[in-house]
Amino acid sequence: MLGNRPVHSRHSPVTRIHTFLLLLAVVLFNALGNLSLAWGMRHVSPMALNPVDYIRAMANPYVAIGIVLLICWLLARMALLSWADLSFVLPLTGVGYILAAVFGNWFLGETVTPAHWIGTILIFAGTAMVGSTNQRTSTGVGR
Amino acid sequence: MKWLLLFVIVVATVLADMLQSYEMKRSGAQRVDARGVARLLRMIVSRRYLLLSIFCMAVSFFAFMALLQIAPLSFAVPASASTFILETLLARFVLHERVGKRRAAGAILVFSGVLLLAR
Repeated sequence: MLGNRPVHSRHSPVTRIHTFLLLLAVVLFNALGNLSLAWGMRHVSPMALNPVDYIRAMANPYVAIGIVLLICWLLARMALLSWADLSFVLPLTGVGYILAAVFGNWFLGETVTPAHWIGTILIFAGTAMVGSTNQRTSTGVGR
Repeated sequence: MKWLLLFVIVVATVLADMLQSYEMKRSGAQRVDARGVARLLRMIVSRRYLLLSIFCMAVSFFAFMALLQIAPLSFAVPASASTFILETLLARFVLHERVGKRRAAGAILVFSGVLLLAR
């Protein structure tokens, strides 16, 4: 199998600052990819759950850009998961929900309620807590 | 139908993330320059678990789109965010990650925040 070498160190050789930069890229690729996709889908004719309709939708430039951004998201996320734990990465990507709400406010004119502010604060508090833990605690190979 | 779609989303998302994390842990730290990206692309086609993971992501994505057609975003987003908690548990017991109090509490805070944000 290609490049099937085990990790010898229990801890990632990648620095924390690299991890947070890649995490930022993962969150941005996902939020912008989804936004572009959602924007493009609004401009294609309504469709049923039919594969041909989906393929036709890809001709829309916003849908195409959205798909490219989501491929970048996938690759960045794979690299990130090779550096850090799933239980580390997952809560931190929760920041993406805040971005989605902000984009919803900017582009769709959705109002921001007090509950949204509290939710945002909770997400930031949670990510700060998770972000302060050790990013790699398992190699997933044996025990 | 709503709950069936949610079930499909949760199972597919959890499987996708667990398989992806497992395979990427085994591969060692990957680079993110041009050669690293080319290697990641090659890995996708050569590793069964990664392929299966991407298939599960696609299933989850289309099930989510279908769910949005019959349920509001304020149901779909927080309900599918329940995978945060499920995956943190599975990361502890299946992937053997060390999930201490701080990480567990952080995951619960993020999940609570998502619940409020989707209202």
